[in-house]
Formats: sequence, structure tokens, C-alpha cells
Amino acid sequence: MSSFKIFDIVGSGLSAQSVRLNTVASNLANADSVSGDPNTVYKARHPVFQAVKAAVGQSAGAIDRASGATVRVSGIVQSNAPPAERYDPGNPLADDHGNVYAPNVNVIEEMTDMISASRAYQDNVEVMNTSKDLMLATLKLGD
Amino acid sequence: MALNLDTYLGVHADALKLQSRRMEVLADNLANVDTPNYKARDIDFRSALAAAGGAQAPVKLSTTDARHLGTDPASTADAAVKYRVPLAPSLDGNTVDAQQEQAAFADNTVRYQATLTFLSTRFKNLLTAITGS
Repeated sequence: MSSFKIFDIVGSGLSAQSVRLNTVASNLANADSVSGDPNTVYKARHPVFQAVKAAVGQSAGAIDRASGATVRVSGIVQSNAPPAERYDPGNPLADDHGNVYAPNVNVIEEMTDMISASRAYQDNVEVMNTSKDLMLATLKLGD
Repeated sequence: MALNLDTYLGVHADALKLQSRRMEVLADNLANVDTPNYKARDIDFRSALAAAGGAQAPVKLSTTDARHLGTDPASTADAAVKYRVPLAPSLDGNTVDAQQEQAAFADNTVRYQATLTFLSTRFKNLLTAITGS
């Protein structure tokens, strides 16, 4: 039934934003995971969002035709920014020159990303609650 | 005299369908608030409702095949879905303004509830007429 499509849309938004929150958590947790090799050091991960339009003529009712642009995570890309090189000969992971490589995680960027994801998640929850209330009210129509 | 329920409910039945459709479109926008190149959409409510028949009893086209064009408000709503003119488009091509969408969603919610109240009153009136008490 088409009225329940809104829950698919909102659900896709919630899951996409929670993937984004997961990558932020992963990036922040590994912000200080240094390595002696610039190639194996942790790289910041970011999800790529994509709108998914419902296929035209796929469903029976006309109401389904143009509606439904859910969102999905089409992939998670690793940042190509160079890792930060740091001279730390006391570190057991340091290479021959006494250097360690810190991940290319920008903590400030990650924090703002987290706030943005959290707000978008709250928006979706609010939409879910409101549409649920309206649907329940519609079911009670005529009482 | 037979009661025509469509005429009795008037514009409100069509309005309710369009409002629930608009709710979906606005939810789309909010779900895609961070999707690159997503363009925000909304329903031109006035023209959609006018196309759905408005307050007068609409002349229905007879549809004998699934591919025939109908005057169902749901199908006219699709034609009225338009792209929003962005106030401040972002660099990634996304035109969703979360605050604007939230405001539109709240507006639509109130209108939906108003329509529900109107419909509810009609049903109550009908019930009073039937029971006669």
C-alpha cells in the first residue's frame, strides 16, 4: 500500500545517516592509530549517498509512479589525502628514519559531519513520528 | 434520493490523498538532505487539486485499460510534482534546504489534520442523520 511508502523513505534515510555516523565513529576512534608505513596507515572513510528513484511503471497504482526517491549508500570511499608524517623515534612502530605516519583524519571535519548526520537523523525520526500519528488518526476517521 | 458519498465528502477526500502524497515528497527531500545532486521537489497543491476536480464533482474518464489516463487525484498529483527553486544551492548540486522542508512538512501536517477534522465532521453529521437522535 502506497501510504506505507513513507516509512520506506524515512527508513532509508535513517539507515544512510547511521552508516555515516558509523564511519565518523570509526574515523574518530582511529584518529591516533599511527603506523610505520604510509601505505598501511588508516585512511579516513566517507560514505557516498545516492538517491534511488522508483522505477516508472513498475508498480500497479498511479500513485506509486513518481513518488519514492529513497536514499542509499552507494559506497564508502577512502580519503586520498597524504598521511601526516611525524618524527617520533621512541615509538616502537617508527620506521628506519624514526618517522611514524598518522591517519589523514581531520577531527574537526569529522565532528561537524557527526553533527550534520545527527540532525538529519533527528529530522527523519520526526517525519516518521508525525506520519505515524497522521496515519493512526486517518484510521480512526469517523469515530 | 440516493446519497453520493463522493459529492458528500466534497473536496476533502481528494485533498487528503494529495496531502498524503505531498507528505511523501517532503519525506523524500528530508531523507536525501545530504545526497549530492539531489534536487528538492514539492507538489503544486493548488493546480493538483484543481486537476483532481476541485470542489465540483469531476467528470470521470472511463478507464478500461491499466494504461489509460484517469482523473484520479493520485495520477494528477504526479504531474504537479515540481522542482523547488533553491534559495542557496550547495556546491554538491543538492538543493534541499532542511529548514524549508521542515516548515513545509509542519504546514502539510496541520493541513492534513484539518482535512481529517472536516471529514470526521461530515461522517458524524451523516451518523446523526442515520440514527436520527
